Amino acid sequence: MAPNEQTPLHEVRPVTQRIPERFVPVPTIEPGHSFASITDHISSIVLRRKTPAGWVIGFAITFVLVMVLTATIAKLVFVGVGVFGINHPVGWGFDIINFVWWIGIGHAGTLISAILLLLRQEWRTSINRFAEAMTLFAVASAGLYPLLHTGRPWYAYWLFPYPNTMGLWPQFRSPLMWDVFAVSTYATVSLLFWYVGLIPDLATLRDRAPSLLAKRIYGMLALGWRGSARHWYRYEHAYLLLAGLSTPLVLSVHTIVSFDFAVAVIPGWHSTFFPPYFVAGAVFAGFAMVLTLAIPTRKFFRLEDFITMKHLENMGKVMLATGLIVAYSYVMEAFFAWYSGNLYEWYMMTNRWQGPYKHMYAALIVCNGLAPQLMWIRRIRTSAVGLFITAMFVNVGMWLERFVIIPTSLHRDFLPSSWGMYHGTMYDWSMYIGSIGLFLCLLFLFVRFLPLISIFEMRTLLPEAHAEAHEEH
Amino acid sequence: MNNNKQLDLAAFRARIGGAKEYWRSLDELARADALDDAELDEVMFREFPRQAAPLATGVDRRNFMKLMGASMAFAGLAACNRPEQKIIPYTKQPEGLIPGRPLYFATAMTLGGVATGVLAESHMGRPTKIEGNPDHPSSLGATDAFTQASVLGLYDPDRSQVVRHLGEISTWSDFIAGIQPALQAAQKDGAGLRLLTQTITSPTLGAQIQQLLAQYPGMKWHQWEPVNRDNVREGRRMAFGGYVNTVYDFSKANVVVSLDSDFLGSGPGHLRYARDFMSRRRVRKGQTKEINRLYAIESGPSNSGSVADHRLAVRPSQIEGYARAIAAGLGLAAAGGTTEHAKWIATLVRDLQDNRGASVVVAGDEQPPAVHAIVHAINQTLGNVNTTVLVTDPIEAAPANQLESLRQLVTDMNAGKVKALIILGGNPVFDAPADFEFSHAMAKVPYRAHLSLYYDETSLLAHWHIPETHYLESWSDARAHDGVVSIVQPLIAPLYNGRSPHEVMGTLIGGLDQTPYETVRTYWKTKAPGLNFESEWKKWLHDGVAGSAPAPRFVGASTGIPAPAAAKQSSGYEIVLRHDPTIYDGRFANNGWLQELPKPHTKITWENAVLVSPKTAREIGMGDRQREELENERSTWLVELGYRGKTLRLPIWVVPGHPDGVLTVSFGYGREQGGRIAGGEAKFIENPYEHQIAGVNVYPIRFSDALHGAAGATIALLSSGYRIACTQEHQNIEAAGNRGIIRSASFEEYQKNPSFVRESGNEEERRIESMWPGHQYRQTDPDGPAKYAWAMSIDTSVCTGCNGCVIACQSENNIAIVGKDQVWREREMHWLRIDRYYKGSPENPETFHQPVPCMQCENAPCEPVCPVEATSHNQDGLNDMTYNRCVGTRYCSNNCPYKVRRFNFYHYSDFETPALKAMRNPDVTVRTRGVMEKCTYCVQRINAAKIAAEKDDRRVRDGGIVTACQQACPTEAIIFGDLNDPTSRVSQLKREPTNYGLLEELNTRPRTTYLAAIRNPNPEIKAD
Amino acid sequence: MAKPRREGLYGVIAEFGEAQALLTAAEAVREKGYTNIDAYSPFPIHGLAEAIGFRKSHLSAIVLGGGLLGGAGGFLMCWYANVISYPLNIGGKPFNSWPAFIPITFECTILLAAFAAVFGMLGLNGLPMPYHPVFNVKRFDQASRDKFFLAIQATDPKFNLESARRLLESLGPREVTDVPW
Repeated sequence: MAPNEQTPLHEVRPVTQRIPERFVPVPTIEPGHSFASITDHISSIVLRRKTPAGWVIGFAITFVLVMVLTATIAKLVFVGVGVFGINHPVGWGFDIINFVWWIGIGHAGTLISAILLLLRQEWRTSINRFAEAMTLFAVASAGLYPLLHTGRPWYAYWLFPYPNTMGLWPQFRSPLMWDVFAVSTYATVSLLFWYVGLIPDLATLRDRAPSLLAKRIYGMLALGWRGSARHWYRYEHAYLLLAGLSTPLVLSVHTIVSFDFAVAVIPGWHSTFFPPYFVAGAVFAGFAMVLTLAIPTRKFFRLEDFITMKHLENMGKVMLATGLIVAYSYVMEAFFAWYSGNLYEWYMMTNRWQGPYKHMYAALIVCNGLAPQLMWIRRIRTSAVGLFITAMFVNVGMWLERFVIIPTSLHRDFLPSSWGMYHGTMYDWSMYIGSIGLFLCLLFLFVRFLPLISIFEMRTLLPEAHAEAHEEH
Repeated sequence: MNNNKQLDLAAFRARIGGAKEYWRSLDELARADALDDAELDEVMFREFPRQAAPLATGVDRRNFMKLMGASMAFAGLAACNRPEQKIIPYTKQPEGLIPGRPLYFATAMTLGGVATGVLAESHMGRPTKIEGNPDHPSSLGATDAFTQASVLGLYDPDRSQVVRHLGEISTWSDFIAGIQPALQAAQKDGAGLRLLTQTITSPTLGAQIQQLLAQYPGMKWHQWEPVNRDNVREGRRMAFGGYVNTVYDFSKANVVVSLDSDFLGSGPGHLRYARDFMSRRRVRKGQTKEINRLYAIESGPSNSGSVADHRLAVRPSQIEGYARAIAAGLGLAAAGGTTEHAKWIATLVRDLQDNRGASVVVAGDEQPPAVHAIVHAINQTLGNVNTTVLVTDPIEAAPANQLESLRQLVTDMNAGKVKALIILGGNPVFDAPADFEFSHAMAKVPYRAHLSLYYDETSLLAHWHIPETHYLESWSDARAHDGVVSIVQPLIAPLYNGRSPHEVMGTLIGGLDQTPYETVRTYWKTKAPGLNFESEWKKWLHDGVAGSAPAPRFVGASTGIPAPAAAKQSSGYEIVLRHDPTIYDGRFANNGWLQELPKPHTKITWENAVLVSPKTAREIGMGDRQREELENERSTWLVELGYRGKTLRLPIWVVPGHPDGVLTVSFGYGREQGGRIAGGEAKFIENPYEHQIAGVNVYPIRFSDALHGAAGATIALLSSGYRIACTQEHQNIEAAGNRGIIRSASFEEYQKNPSFVRESGNEEERRIESMWPGHQYRQTDPDGPAKYAWAMSIDTSVCTGCNGCVIACQSENNIAIVGKDQVWREREMHWLRIDRYYKGSPENPETFHQPVPCMQCENAPCEPVCPVEATSHNQDGLNDMTYNRCVGTRYCSNNCPYKVRRFNFYHYSDFETPALKAMRNPDVTVRTRGVMEKCTYCVQRINAAKIAAEKDDRRVRDGGIVTACQQACPTEAIIFGDLNDPTSRVSQLKREPTNYGLLEELNTRPRTTYLAAIRNPNPEIKAD
Repeated sequence: MAKPRREGLYGVIAEFGEAQALLTAAEAVREKGYTNIDAYSPFPIHGLAEAIGFRKSHLSAIVLGGGLLGGAGGFLMCWYANVISYPLNIGGKPFNSWPAFIPITFECTILLAAFAAVFGMLGLNGLPMPYHPVFNVKRFDQASRDKFFLAIQATDPKFNLESARRLLESLGPREVTDVPW
């Protein structure tokens, strides 16, 4: 059509007729927005001069927790891993529990940004940036543990294949080595993915930044992005390829984490169906965490227009689906133990139900088995509060799952003579809480200094973003 | 007042109106002030310059230890000196000493006076390890935990290091100077002079004492051993009409009856007895000859009882009834026999009668003389005397009824008859019967000198304290259980300038003061005059045995049965007092290895507890369910034990197979002056038990008329949740399903189906598949370097759970101790543990002991999971651990199905104390914090042997390598060797039908395997 | 803005209000036979790249290369370490226990492929490029907000300032400006 027939923006907005509310599809972006309004609203969160008091308080609290973490690490390094509750039957405790918990949480981010992208799920757009950030910080918190759970953390670099005078190599058959490669690859790729996604928005901030310093910093980070059509073309191509690579990667990471256990001989660990079980659990935990974080953030920064109920509801549905897989896994775990007719397996199972840790197992079933079933109910699925509470249940439940898998399997394995008990000590807890602090602290920094919603992708959600090329000539 | 520069004690006491006979501190004296302070201070200042008083009070002992730090530094140096006198190496001449190569010297350790011959391994002049002496009759190459741990006792930095006068540092010469007045103080004939010793079998020391007695006819010599054997002596006297010694030959006995005797676990010759007894218990392929049979009637679980074929748990007071019943059954005129278990006893009697002259009946040390007399009578009627029971001259220098002897001393002291008291060794203030109130009596003696290894409770009350030499530090001699003499030769000059009893006796006798060496040598020169004394002497030193055992006297025991004593009115619970299985009578309280050694049945470490039966526990209100939960958390109840108006607070522990209505407690714990380990002042990281004395002192309820306990005790639960450092909970082997961990059968069943172990295991072990062909450890290239496949076989039917191997391993491999808290946290470091399992009813179960070292799996699950190749297999199939490569992920430990790997959660090894550095085995790395460690099959010994073999171009001979645990084992339950040599003992054992591996179904292919436990119950007695 | 690097003119640039306008304009300019043109937008507009005559990128090939390199490298590292460099008997497993090497092989594949994708993209795009003439245009900072730009470069063989200006102005832009070097 001819340029002079261009209709002004204000008339492009969709008109809503009087039709029953529940037939109206909940949009992925509330009406009444333009490129400008999206850009300004989101970038203003970052660029506004005055830091909101809420942010300052929140940051201060989490920073204190980071200090708790630092103190714990100092104690750990100076005195030894003996400060933890681990002992001879139970060599791994909170350290590995938390490692798996964090890694699992990270998975939702990659899933949202990569898999949903490949599935062309538009609704991912407003949450993927946030979810990816969560992934990175979760992996950061997770990364602490494999390093610090060792008896001599200052030699942890021996786990990397580097040339040395002894001509020694790491032992590539060990699942821990696989972990090293998987987790470091995962962290790197997630970081690249995240950064690539940020480049155009960094350019936006560069152009909006009021202060010269901010202009310079964002300018440098933006790498001189200018939105050239050629660039956009390669950019989208690369982004798609990264998504394609991240998808198998994210699946492989938790598969390999599950190998830490599946490869061992210990009853309760030695199980072939751990990979799918763990991956489902990871997504389950991840979405729960996204909800836990998104719901308050959305409220605090008034982002209801961008993170709509549709997003929350969809996440609720994913949580339900993966939750069902997890529940199924619990049933199958028990079934295999019984069906295998293996004495040790069956004892392990009954010990989970009746042994000293039976309360842990019961709590696990409540949190991961029953709580997600609430998602069947539409009213709960579409209420922020309902979702938040369910998500909290799942967060706890996934931690319990790892507790049930790790210490509960180890504490009574083959020879009754070496059976024992495991309890987390003060330092186990302070390190756990500290790592949560680190995670939140990084998130606070992120929302203050980077756009927590992908601006350029939000723009593409507007109807006027769709232009058609003319085919005649 | 008197301005003489001496403190006249007598006058002084007079002045303070005798209010305080003996004062320990200024305050104490000040409190009893009869004279004005100025005078007091002046006198005090003369007597106690500076820190003397704090020292005497013991409050600041740790400061004193700090002072001693300096002298410890010398200990390191002293360790480099060989004693001046020429001592003869066991294997090579000393000039043959090659740096880095250990030499072995024969010597002997005494416990309760009785010698066990040992070979001490010396690295460059530092004794580092004790091995048994194969030529010594009470050892035959084996050692028990005490002997093994004695090397730590030698280097113990808490040992007394200086002569002290009134707590103040003094010198030996001052002591000598001070002693003459004391001897004068005693009247001319020495009527006021008293000598108190422990049981002495040393002929030389005995002779010295006799000489002193000759000098001072009025002087008296008293003996006291808290682990008291008067009953045995008196029993023998009743039977044989005089002091004699009885030696048993279990190798000839088909049937053994133990009446509350732990002849395999403690007492003189128990190592030899265990060897002899078990030599009749091995079942090998095609054997039809029946193995021996042991009936045990006992008042508490003992190592002997745990290998018995038939066991009754009864109150100690009932034992006599059973003895009488058996005697009556054999036609002796024994009244008052029990009526219980009549059928059982009848069968037993028949069994004995069928084995006349080939059976032994033994009674426990704690049983009254009457029981011993009866037992001797029984042996006499069975014709065992002079066949399986040999009677020889007593081995003590002067056998006596020690309780009476001590009672006499106390009476004399109280009567003020004693002017000077010399105590050679022992710690009577701590371990004398409570009703003697020894310390009060002792305080009445004007001159008190005490020779001891530690500055202990008795030293505190002595005017003079002289540090004693350890047996590895000075010359002496002693008799074995059968009377054979060993020369005790030192390996090292006294570390802490101690003095031997011989020197003290020398000074008492006066005249030229001889070195102990001269004393001992001259004694034997006079004893065995002859031209070739030199060569004789050399031979003695070389072999560790001087001459042969005294010939048995062929006398008969009287078959008269003493009339039953009037049955005492027994109300309430019956209390049983036993010496502690790991720290003995308290003398080893400062030995960390022994403190941390799990007790054979309870597996409790670092303290004593009241042992009760499950039924009794229920009676006093311990619910089984709650008890289980507590045990899971390694905690229990605190109870109040009441006996004759005294009360003790101890933890309680339930022991299956313990007689009902009996409370067993072990004495020896609760040492206030025991040293840093015993006193809870040892520095363990994160140790909440600091300043908490290990265990509870039970001597306060040990009375002279009930040395071994009696009825009338009360017990009440105080509070639950008391943390007890127990390394193994109660597992009934059937509880967790049939895991095939322990496999046992009766001899009958074995003959029906020799390979019963195959069925009795977990059925999965019969369908093992593997993706991999597995590694080949066979010799493929005949010209290539010799290939070995090291392996171990452990015979569970002969293991008595004596713990010898555990300490041997600890000593050989520099294994650290971790303290009570860390044991409670399940972080003990023992490379070799002994698992204890029960089978059957908790009232009287079968007990099995199973030593568990590293299985050295060919398909070791620990290796593939290590991310840094810190653990891998060597060409001999050993599962090696590379400490310096370990980063400490603990994944290997998680993945070890046997849980034999041990992790240094903290910096456990003591890198500071110089004395302990000297003790370590230089061939084994001392592990630091954060690394994993585990049994290596004593790889240092393997390599030494391989190098030697390669030098003379041959394979290592079978038996050329003996692991530390194997060497210590009295029953030869552990055999190590090369699987590639089909003729090796271990290969033969692996071909036994009873050979099985732990958790074979996991296809770990363990190199350590077990031989099933085979027992020989009497078919006529149905297992109850 | 920084000092001009070169004398003369980079080209002329026109600002549009909407995506559709930009796309139409780009096609129009292309029709007139201009080749050295570029379009700038705050978000990817499908068809725009083709409209300014962009040939397909070679990114896929680069990523494939990276992946293959990573995979081969990963496996060879494990194999070399365990079979050639330092063979050890680990738990009785064969030296070349290849199934155990797969996870690492896989991770290396992904890692290098991802690097190839990101750095390939940046490389082909000539980023980072701190300075570019279009930044000299006053209102170009709107290109990252809601405005769309179309530039005709002076390097274009057909380039003639007057005709280029006229052409762009005929396409109904908000404004047309010269872009100095």
